[in-house]
Amino acid sequence: MSTTTIAGTDVQVDDEGFMTEYDEWTEDHGRALASAIGITEMTDDHWEAIRFLRSDFAEQGETATLRRVTKVGGIPTKKLFQLFPKKPAKKMAYVAGLPKPHGCV
Amino acid sequence: MTATETTPSIVPDFGDDESDRKICFICSKGTLDMAYPALIMANGALGEGIETHIFFTFWGMDMVNKATQHDLQFTPLGNTAMHMPPGLGKLSEKHMPQGLGGLPGMTGMATKMLKKQIAGLDVPEVPEFLDLLVDMGAHLWACRMSVDMMDLEKDDMIDGVEDIINVSEFMELSDGAQVIFV
Repeated sequence: MSTTTIAGTDVQVDDEGFMTEYDEWTEDHGRALASAIGITEMTDDHWEAIRFLRSDFAEQGETATLRRVTKVGGIPTKKLFQLFPKKPAKKMAYVAGLPKPHGCV
Repeated sequence: MTATETTPSIVPDFGDDESDRKICFICSKGTLDMAYPALIMANGALGEGIETHIFFTFWGMDMVNKATQHDLQFTPLGNTAMHMPPGLGKLSEKHMPQGLGGLPGMTGMATKMLKKQIAGLDVPEVPEFLDLLVDMGAHLWACRMSVDMMDLEKDDMIDGVEDIINVSEFMELSDGAQVIFV
């Protein structure tokens, strides 16, 4: 655990740089985190996925897996791979300020 | 964009620069319990951005054959690791006597129970799972010899199967890949 400055505010992050405090996150943080991993423009489609992850985490207490984002969030898997290339589940969690998903599927 | 935006000091390594890892699964079994291991590992590999191929051969053809993929079965027969059903207290820890597995209706019952347990973990059924993997970018291949032996055609298989290939073509495509035989 350490503290770092993202989008002008001090926030808690884990050893890998994932934000650890749900309430410290704002959309400005989301934009800064996305830009740090090469997603230069956060479109409405990106936000739709991130907002689903945030609200689902608030209800479920854990980060949604890819399948859940598709099945419950209604965003096609193919699209998630386009929006967050290669490792969508981890990248979405990172941008949303949430821990990596634990589920296998 | 805001003027206050700063780059985080620690950024996770998502390995975007490494693009050479490749993994190939060979699915050779058509039972429900043997269909899942490759699908679950392939799902994990694709989620990690790894190039993933699945080669279906012999009984594994049942996983991609439209006529059979919805009806894969699981049998306790010949499986000495099979436990008694859950919910029977201490008895559930015991192995099921092999003779029981041969009783009429046992395969159907075991299949139903396994499907229920898999659904309980929110893991999709085999046909839906394969569609999901294709959407994630998996490459599915059917084995030439099995297709010929079972008198199948490409149309008998799900659309996700890219082609019917022979073993030398498989050797070419698996060059440099990690190969897992199931």
